[in-house]
Amino acid sequence: MESVLTLESIVVQFGGITALAGVDFTLKQGELLGLIGPNGAGKTTLLRTIIGVVRPTQGRVILQERDVTHLGVDERARKGIALTHQIVRPFRSMTVLENVALAAGHHKTGSVFRAFASSSRRSESSRARDLLELTGIAAYANAHPSALPLGALKRLEVARALATDPRILLLDEPLAGLNHIEAQRLADTFRDLNASGITMVLIEHNLGQVARVCPRVVVIDNGKKIGEGATREMLVDPNVVAAYIGKEAVRA
Amino acid sequence: MGTYELSLIAIVSINVLLALSLNIITGLCGQVSLGHAAFFGTGAYVAALLAGSGASIFVSMTAAGVATSLLGLLVGLASLRVRADFLAITTMGVGFVFVGFVRKQNWLGAEMGLSNIPDHGLGEWGFVVLCVTLVCLVALLTAYIKRSWLGFAFVAVADDEDTSRTIGINAAAYKLAAFIIGTFLAGVAGATYAYFTRFLVPGAFGFGVSISILAMVILGGLGSVWGVMFAAIALTLLPEFIRVINDYKIFIYGLLLLLVMRFVPGGLADLVKRWPPLWARVRGRRWKAS
Repeated sequence: MESVLTLESIVVQFGGITALAGVDFTLKQGELLGLIGPNGAGKTTLLRTIIGVVRPTQGRVILQERDVTHLGVDERARKGIALTHQIVRPFRSMTVLENVALAAGHHKTGSVFRAFASSSRRSESSRARDLLELTGIAAYANAHPSALPLGALKRLEVARALATDPRILLLDEPLAGLNHIEAQRLADTFRDLNASGITMVLIEHNLGQVARVCPRVVVIDNGKKIGEGATREMLVDPNVVAAYIGKEAVRA
Repeated sequence: MGTYELSLIAIVSINVLLALSLNIITGLCGQVSLGHAAFFGTGAYVAALLAGSGASIFVSMTAAGVATSLLGLLVGLASLRVRADFLAITTMGVGFVFVGFVRKQNWLGAEMGLSNIPDHGLGEWGFVVLCVTLVCLVALLTAYIKRSWLGFAFVAVADDEDTSRTIGINAAAYKLAAFIIGTFLAGVAGATYAYFTRFLVPGAFGFGVSISILAMVILGGLGSVWGVMFAAIALTLLPEFIRVINDYKIFIYGLLLLLVMRFVPGGLADLVKRWPPLWARVRGRRWKAS
């Protein structure tokens, strides 16, 4: 499979703390890659480095054979990288539909002049409605985000990210805080979206769901990659198990 | 209509223009500015100098708008580095720097001010018609921006700048656009003021003026066109008609800011939107009480 995204020796330091110490991996076209590891491993920092919120101290981010390391967040977003936030961040002064319609108008908002010259929101609203249907929150279209339960807000994050027509969708713990049924439904949605051709990276602590929907995972611990391969094999790899529950526990 | 009434219309128009111009920066794009009087003043002094050198009112006004928007671009660049309360303090600093600078410049009249600004040549009525036309044009422009994708993206930047970037919005470009448009209009308002008073002193562009303009925007409702216009008209006319309000102007403006921010952050526009249910609730309480 052709690679769409390559991370080369990514090092991220915050002051004296090394959050990522030379991570590299390749994301292949059309895959649904799981990014797992214990709390504080550096998974979110890695996703934030891909979208550009965090600038790496060293290393390169290559998107479809082009070095995008020095591009800003919005430029990377316009090149097809989308992110859903671990802690939901809807635009609170807009309705759910407006949140998604705004993202669907990315070809208009990409330039200030084009944005000034355009006023019709019809096609973007229609696309937003389709995405709200797809993610199962159409009933909340005209509500404000403050009125939505967490499960619906997580879906809103996904709908808004999808509205930017991404090539790569980065999902940061989208199932956290959801009950078993909600998590299963949303994970199924990801699998369906992936089947429709969207390449994805999924950070998730719900390893059951990761095992169910991600054929391949990258495992990170303490800012380093400690494993990469088929999910079933990685989840029983002694190094990976040790990273999650501690070496002493594994020996016992 | 006498000279007094015509001059009232002119001064109300100038304040409405100023409030609408700040509404684009603060109301629509969420960039707090406590130094808007500096842009107002820049427009006024540029127009006064040009008028003095023989330029027509239309040339002076346009040039004042362009020159002020260049200063706005500079301050806008600062907004890319500092946010929220830090931006408020930075813009407040710009306001003080402006007044401090003008006070020491003899070519700008220094403390004594610039006088003998030539007449606009439009006549009393002509000037008032120009003022009202400008207000209508700026109100229409603001309403259009609100409806356009520019306004839609402004709301996103005001709401959550970082998240707006993740959906492809170049927040920096939008903030600069808001500053350029808003300060251009403030410059035009300043030019109108220069032709209206024909005498400029640095004190007319001090911190109190910046706060008054902000009070109009916040009381009217951040981002609301008609709300801000209504507040600007009311806060300009009330001190004219009620003596005690004029005596305690800054005190009352400050108190209004405090009360609005505490109880109705959405301003008059929000209050009107919420009015029917509020009214129903009040009636319900009365019925229960009876």
